[in-house]
Amino acid sequence: MSDNANAAVLDEIDLSQMDGDFIDEIKSYPGGEHILRCFACGKCTAGCPVADIEPRYNPRRIIRMIVLGMKDAAMRDAFTELCSNCYLCQERCPQGVSVAQIVRILKLMAVRRGIVHPSYKMTADMLRKSGRLYEIEDFDNRKREKMGLPQLSTKCPDIDALYKKGKIDEKLG
Amino acid sequence: MRSLGSPASLVNSAMPIYEAACACGCASALSSSFSSSSSAVEEAEATKAPVKPYILYLGCTIPQRATNYEMASRKVAAAFGLEFIDVPDMVCCGYPLASVDDITPLSMAARNLAKAEAAGADICCLCSACTGALTEAAHELEHNHALLERINEHLAEIGLHYSGGVKVRHFARILFEEIGPGAIAEKVTRPLPIKVAPHYGCHFLRPHEIHGEFDSVEDPRVLDELLKACGCQPVDYPEKLKCCGGGVLAVDEKLALSISNRKLAQVKARGADAICLICPFCSIMYDTNQKKIEQEFTAQYGIPVLFYPQILGLAMGMAPKDLGLQMNRVSAKALLAKLSIA
Repeated sequence: MSDNANAAVLDEIDLSQMDGDFIDEIKSYPGGEHILRCFACGKCTAGCPVADIEPRYNPRRIIRMIVLGMKDAAMRDAFTELCSNCYLCQERCPQGVSVAQIVRILKLMAVRRGIVHPSYKMTADMLRKSGRLYEIEDFDNRKREKMGLPQLSTKCPDIDALYKKGKIDEKLG
Repeated sequence: MRSLGSPASLVNSAMPIYEAACACGCASALSSSFSSSSSAVEEAEATKAPVKPYILYLGCTIPQRATNYEMASRKVAAAFGLEFIDVPDMVCCGYPLASVDDITPLSMAARNLAKAEAAGADICCLCSACTGALTEAAHELEHNHALLERINEHLAEIGLHYSGGVKVRHFARILFEEIGPGAIAEKVTRPLPIKVAPHYGCHFLRPHEIHGEFDSVEDPRVLDELLKACGCQPVDYPEKLKCCGGGVLAVDEKLALSISNRKLAQVKARGADAICLICPFCSIMYDTNQKKIEQEFTAQYGIPVLFYPQILGLAMGMAPKDLGLQMNRVSAKALLAKLSIA
């Protein structure tokens, strides 16, 4: 968390550095179609549980960055990993902009560029082994039995097969 | 952006206009769109039919960290004649990888849908995030044939196939829509005259397109009505619709705890005796981490955090230990004493 509100301020915008194709790129993805409907009212940000506490994350600014063509900054300085995926921004947009989905598109684009938050890799590795974030071991199954709960699988090789087919390791670098 | 795959592969696409009833349940539910609390209750009462068996989908968190929720849900379901089918190797819904990839979270969700199809039953989820991810996948695969074909290429690697038609429902939604607050109230033998703050969480209702608008996203009533059926007084509070913060716990713990802290403070200020949840991850934030939040923000809450089926079970006269109440991290002893429940 930032104690300094200035941490939320971006450097001066250099229009010569803008990527004019960025907006079309976003629009080509499901959920990105209506981004130009945004009239910057800020309802997305007013309702955001994260922006309320952490000024570096700001959905309205993210949408503006895309509209202006600030591709590098949107990948680097938008702090999309702080989005809690709660969908309030999207539900409250009076213009039907899929704000949460657009943030997700940015997250995925950043990963493709090799900008990977450490927690993403950690999560993928945790799931690989047993197919669950919290592994079920024989010990857990014995506990479950005592509680009268059914036994669960402790391994799930399917996940590794789906990872390979989906090229997860290549994507995470 | 070729590296991201074809645009059609991204989940959560713009929703098509539905003309006919849809197998994933979105259109049929849209036609019965929620208008006011009373009409929804009447509707839920009117459409009551014998409840068919559901696969109980546990996901990652419940079998390890919320067995109290699982125990209480199984007890309560049995009391209403709702049969659960167990599929031991149904694993993660794919949601934890949503920020990493477009296709693999979907193939992981589809793996579960394919297993449900093979078992011949719809899915009942206890976790709201699982509900969201599986509902979204079912919805996407129902409406995007090219995507379904692509996902089936992935499923072929593990010897599975999904043809569609599996419905995904949160347990609380099944209780509301298929059993109904009226039938629930009839089974309540020990009404609980306490003030309870309902926490709806995010993925139980949002995004509304995939859930078929069975409740209002801005003024939800389902959990309030279910609590009233138990004799509880639902407590309203300013940030009722907001996230627990669990979504950013792995990325920024302090931020996540700050988000939870705000709700705990509001609920405390409104004099709630307890918080009612329907998601195990919300429970990690409000119950498991409540002590940590108190230390971090120099606050004192001590608010018991109960899963709805635990509250319902108590109201139906079940023993606290059969509902796993001893496993809730914030002690419910004082609350039970207030209710004269031994």
